[in-house]
Amino acid sequence: MALSGVEIFKYLPKTNCKKCGHPTCLAFAMKLAAKQASLDACPDASDDAKKVLGEAAAPPIRDITLGTGDKAVKVGGEICMFRHEKKFFNPNVFAVAIKASEAGDAAAKKIEAVRTSEIDRVGQKLRVDAIAVTDEGGDAAKFASVVKQVVDGAPGVPVILVSKNPATIEAGITHCADKKPLIYAATVENAEAMAKIAKEKKASLAVAADGLEALTTLSEKIKGMGVDNLVLDSGARKAKDMIEHFTIIRRTAIKKNFKPLGYPVISFATRDNSVSEAIAAAIGTMKYASIIVVNNVEKWKMLALLSLRQNIYTDPQVPMQVAQNIYKVGDAKESSPLMITTNFSLSYFIVRGEVENSKVPSWLAVMDNEGLSVLTAWAAGKFTASKIAQFITESGVDKNISHKELIIPGYVAVLSGSLEEKLPGWKITVGPREANQLPTFLKARA
Amino acid sequence: MALVIPKENYSGKIYNVQLGIGAKAVTIGGASALPFLGFEGTFPNKPALALEVMDIAPDDWPATLKKAIGGAGSSAVQWAKFCQQSGADIVALRLMGTHPDQQNKSADEAAKVAAEVAAAIDIPLVILGSGHVEKDTQVLQAAAAATRGKNCAIGKAVEENYKTIAAAAMANDHKLIAMSQLDVNLAKQLNILLTQMGFDKERIIMDPMSSALGYGLEYTYSVMERIRLAALLQNDPMMQTPIICDIGANVWKVKETMAPDAEVPEWGGLEDRALAWEAVTASAMLTAGADMLIMRHPGAAAKAKELIAELM
Repeated sequence: MALSGVEIFKYLPKTNCKKCGHPTCLAFAMKLAAKQASLDACPDASDDAKKVLGEAAAPPIRDITLGTGDKAVKVGGEICMFRHEKKFFNPNVFAVAIKASEAGDAAAKKIEAVRTSEIDRVGQKLRVDAIAVTDEGGDAAKFASVVKQVVDGAPGVPVILVSKNPATIEAGITHCADKKPLIYAATVENAEAMAKIAKEKKASLAVAADGLEALTTLSEKIKGMGVDNLVLDSGARKAKDMIEHFTIIRRTAIKKNFKPLGYPVISFATRDNSVSEAIAAAIGTMKYASIIVVNNVEKWKMLALLSLRQNIYTDPQVPMQVAQNIYKVGDAKESSPLMITTNFSLSYFIVRGEVENSKVPSWLAVMDNEGLSVLTAWAAGKFTASKIAQFITESGVDKNISHKELIIPGYVAVLSGSLEEKLPGWKITVGPREANQLPTFLKARA
Repeated sequence: MALVIPKENYSGKIYNVQLGIGAKAVTIGGASALPFLGFEGTFPNKPALALEVMDIAPDDWPATLKKAIGGAGSSAVQWAKFCQQSGADIVALRLMGTHPDQQNKSADEAAKVAAEVAAAIDIPLVILGSGHVEKDTQVLQAAAAATRGKNCAIGKAVEENYKTIAAAAMANDHKLIAMSQLDVNLAKQLNILLTQMGFDKERIIMDPMSSALGYGLEYTYSVMERIRLAALLQNDPMMQTPIICDIGANVWKVKETMAPDAEVPEWGGLEDRALAWEAVTASAMLTAGADMLIMRHPGAAAKAKELIAELM
């Protein structure tokens, strides 16, 4: 909960010394309240002031970074219950579990799957984000050997060390301590020992307990031992518990500023059946999990999960856009039809999809209208006859095609006359209004 | 610091809407809290699963889907029985053949098929037009009359044609599916228009317009969340109807459910991918508050049912 200027003022020296650059402590307090100044500017701030004001200014849910380098990932830092209220900020991490018993070939296969997992979707590079090396109560040396195999085989990929045995974690972390790993997990039984390792190695630490009350108590205890970068596991494994627990954690952190649960959540979505696992992971993406662990990262499963994550984490106020270009759909030739649409990614995907469904190879000219749909762009004056004419002329598309016919979306039929004037020599044909009418339209022309 | 579970202050509830008659009738809706938050609400009815059949053979459906349906698609009646056997709670008959760009079947032909399908199953029937705004009015009027007494859901009524379709639903004691275009205000407006003409608000099922995973899913998802918040927190009677998500039709049009492995190796195996595409879309709709899903792949529908069981 943010403090008001007057509340902050109570913690300041009240000397009006001006060293902070403001005329009075009250003025400085107002700036602090508006987050337009930092307490660092006050050389005489008491420890009490620093503690209280520091905590009040902290986001409701801590953010933590896993890994270093270009594959580091940030999770947490969320501020809302529903994406439409603002947006979800830090896309959840997907981690694949590699068991200690999989040392050798099986581990190598999974590591390779992670290394080759990157796909491009709407211009974003998406991949399996982390590897969770998982101890099953076995040999610490074996666990450590898999950690080493992972660190060597998938350089830069953030590592989660999964074991409730501090000695096993000690053995494993020697191979990745400088790479900001996550230790899973501190429990009631091993709390002191795990907290000690996390502090020494400056690693993030997951806190695992059975239920939310136990989790609250344990998280406070671990924080009291001096570990700040925590991740929470409430023990939820079934979809019903996941939704309930994760909702309560998010709500209590955001609406009540409840610090013991103000941390990112880790969800174990592992299932024997792979589609069931995909669905359990999907629940986590939609309902507040920050790190989701699965057993297998088949390409089809990751395509679905990464697409879902992209959908859910998209900023509702900033439409996704595709690059302005002349796209070739199918084996388009010089005589193939040329259509134009806007660069709102949804418009592009839907129109392109229908053109592909029609099996009529075509050219799709996609114009940059700042990611607006056809009607919105037209209403906003960003899809006008002049702009379209300029785009078509400058695109050089006339080199790809032997004809000079441009098919425009049916909803902007009103532009056809004006467009013909601005594109002399071109024939303007009005296409259908709905993309799903494109197959009929294109097939009828062929 | 002790944890106090922060409970939401709900003032509204979703209406209960019954479909079908007899032992296998299905009631949807009734939630008193946001989806699956059992600690602060009650959910008397689980979301219902409808499998889709058509009045024409699914010749242009993707190969993976056709394989899953097998020979059952050769007749609407056979197909409907196959859906019931496959575990559907409801059959959704889409009269695609009536579309002028398809076989342009007449309203009478549609009515005949609807009556035959209704007679062949014990579970409730949803009857959908082809989506052609003008043709649907005649088709749904005829189909509604031919299935009078079966307590079907007919749809979809849209802003351009709702009066006739709603009148047909009223006259024949059916429920009505009202569809708007991905906008909370348009959804509310359509319900207002329907109730203004005398249609009972507790006989409406809202279709906010579905989108496939990866193709604007987040629009449907957020519209649904906003509808539920208005219904439950603001007690808005125009937003308290159950929600239906007609996902099969969107999902099985996208490249991800059709492109063979060889064409896009980085996308993984087609059969798994296509099934997962519909199953994950379903899971998103359920999470956002869907009271009924219309799906196409029996395997994906089974996964959705499994999730529902795990959530209730």
